[in-house]
Amino acid sequence: MFEYAPAPESRDVVDIKPSYGLFIDGEFVDGAGTSFKTVNPATEEALAEVAAASQADVDRAVQAARKAFGAWSAMPGSERAKYLFRIARIIQERSRELAVLETLDNGKPIRESRDVDLPLVAAHFFYYAGWADKLGYAGYGPAPKPLGVAGQVIPWNFPLLMLAWKIAPALACGNTVVLKPAETTPLTALLFAEICRQADLPPGVVNIVTGAGETGAAVVNHPDVNKVAFTGSTEVGRLIARSVAGTGKKVTLELGGKAANVIFDDAAIDQAVEGIVDGIFFNQGHVCCAGSRLLVQESIAEELLESLKRRLSRLRLGDPLDKNTDIGAINSAEQLARVRELSDIGEAEGAERWSPACTLPERGFWFPPTVFTGVAQSHRIARDEVFGPVLAVLTFRTPAEAVEKANNTPYGLSAGVWTEKGSRILWMADRLRAGVVWANTFNKFDPASPFGGYKESGYGREGGRHGLEAYLDV
Amino acid sequence: MSKTEAVRLAVRKTYKLYIGGAFPRSESGRSYAVTSSKGDFLANASKASRKDARDAVSAARKAFPGWSGATAYNRGQILYRIAEMLEGRRAQFVAELTEAGAKKAGDAVDAAVDRLVWYAGWSDKITSVAGAANPVAGPYFNISTPEPTGVVAVVAPADPLLGLVSVVAPVIVTGNTCVVVASERAPLPSITLAEVLATSDLPGGVVNVLTGSVKEIAPWLAAHMDVNAVDLTGVADDDLAVACEQAAAENLKRVLRPSAPDWSADPGLKRMTAFLETKTVWHPTGF
Repeated sequence: MFEYAPAPESRDVVDIKPSYGLFIDGEFVDGAGTSFKTVNPATEEALAEVAAASQADVDRAVQAARKAFGAWSAMPGSERAKYLFRIARIIQERSRELAVLETLDNGKPIRESRDVDLPLVAAHFFYYAGWADKLGYAGYGPAPKPLGVAGQVIPWNFPLLMLAWKIAPALACGNTVVLKPAETTPLTALLFAEICRQADLPPGVVNIVTGAGETGAAVVNHPDVNKVAFTGSTEVGRLIARSVAGTGKKVTLELGGKAANVIFDDAAIDQAVEGIVDGIFFNQGHVCCAGSRLLVQESIAEELLESLKRRLSRLRLGDPLDKNTDIGAINSAEQLARVRELSDIGEAEGAERWSPACTLPERGFWFPPTVFTGVAQSHRIARDEVFGPVLAVLTFRTPAEAVEKANNTPYGLSAGVWTEKGSRILWMADRLRAGVVWANTFNKFDPASPFGGYKESGYGREGGRHGLEAYLDV
Repeated sequence: MSKTEAVRLAVRKTYKLYIGGAFPRSESGRSYAVTSSKGDFLANASKASRKDARDAVSAARKAFPGWSGATAYNRGQILYRIAEMLEGRRAQFVAELTEAGAKKAGDAVDAAVDRLVWYAGWSDKITSVAGAANPVAGPYFNISTPEPTGVVAVVAPADPLLGLVSVVAPVIVTGNTCVVVASERAPLPSITLAEVLATSDLPGGVVNVLTGSVKEIAPWLAAHMDVNAVDLTGVADDDLAVACEQAAAENLKRVLRPSAPDWSADPGLKRMTAFLETKTVWHPTGF
């Protein structure tokens, strides 16, 4: 392996305050809950003290959003659009600061927060800004109406990007929002609150309430919330679906996945190997659509695995702020424990575990890229979402068997297929029961492209024209 | 030689269930008396059991690959064929609806036929309307297409023919298969409609019809782990509807629960799109 000199991105660009309040009605205010510390998962250093919103705080946030809804929804779409364009521009202007903060709070490599998360965040606001005055042409009737107050709960894997996916379409359609960022990654959302102030967004249109699961439940179950949007685990998604039953609230859920990445014998091996690596090791595998089940045609399995292992031996794991880093830190001690537990179960159930020689930093939460071979469909590492850098490898002989195995999961978020044969790609794409199919590529995202799952991966779509439906009364 | 002529006794129909293209009795051996709006006895309808509901779901699941894999043109032709067969039995439906208390039974049958024709035409158009070519910022071809959700459990509304047709047609035209719980009070037209379906080249199992107690059957279907979506249109009891919604959360079923639909209004796309998934396919461009 080449020796690289350290190339750390400076963290001076971001000014982290010792403590943060809630963002309600355009002001930062104290929370009544027990405040908590957010930690840099790469070093376990506490970054800041963050307020926790109680039920009463959430209620105030919902009231602020309700109060702001009248004027915001009545405003001409072209004016709402300009606020969103402003926000997009400020995000671009402050992108370095946001990227560094995201990496500090989340543990993802700066290369990813800088080159993937932030450009997509800005693009998402740009995209939906343009819809705000064109909703009558979106195919939902001549003058579709917003729903009202949207309660949104987002995960820790792409903190700012998930915020953008939630807030941009909600605001473009004329809704106001109360958003709860994940407990372990609240900082970029709070910086976003500051951006809303810089953009002179009317108070109450965006409210950010930080806290843990209880705060999220208070947002989701608030009787004056008209729309619930959640991204996270299928387990929590189920609870939300049950708790809103009968309330008439519109719900979109973007939940877990166990995507099959199917490699046929005629695939371009080197590209496929890059796609496999992107599929499961991007963002430490903390990706709901990660290609966590590799299905390889038996005749090339040996050759492909050799290439894959060679490639994995060259991945750099370490300081997320280093511009050469490929694999950053696991987001939390809790998540690390889950990844370890499922990996241990994988071994105990008889699969063969392999990781490249890899020195893990002494402090922080780390897990090496891991590949399991000899995996059976019944193994938990082939069934459960690990949400970590762990790949389960299975083989198949015929295309029909590949389809059967790929679809043998309660999830249905994404899938990958690699072959040089066009008709086979289309045949596979037809049969894979998943909301996104990446053919000869993987883990690509775009604001113009709808994203969301089949089956237990949730319902509703985010992105594109389809993403508007979630925030319109149609 | 006797002067009295024997009056011919009518041959009555046995109303059974419709599962997997066959007409079985309820495995439970149960039935319930169906009466006219005046309270006169009409027939004994099968009272479907939990086992019948499960058999119906497995028939619907078995039919799904073939039906969803059929061409849109083919599905449209079959829906149109259903309309033709229904038209041919107009008199029979008018009689059954009248017995069930309908005022303008003829209009209801005509509207049901027209609704089938309307939906038949959607089979090869909904993809153009609900799909999209997405201009992503990169060298990729990117397209979104609607696909059927899978097996849909439908609780049909009280309106025994137009209501029934209005909930079944949008589910199946896009390639879903379904299990329908018929109107509990007036189930007989649903079984006669099943006879129409059985003679319309509709593959067995695409539509399965259960008669019996909604309160008993609906929660089993809402909780069934191999059902992908539920349409609670016909659940009048609010508590029952909420219980079904809660049960449906277990495997994240898609749930449709409209408020008091007007079957004479333009149906719009909602009933189709509620049971469609959007699939987005990416491929790099290059040479």
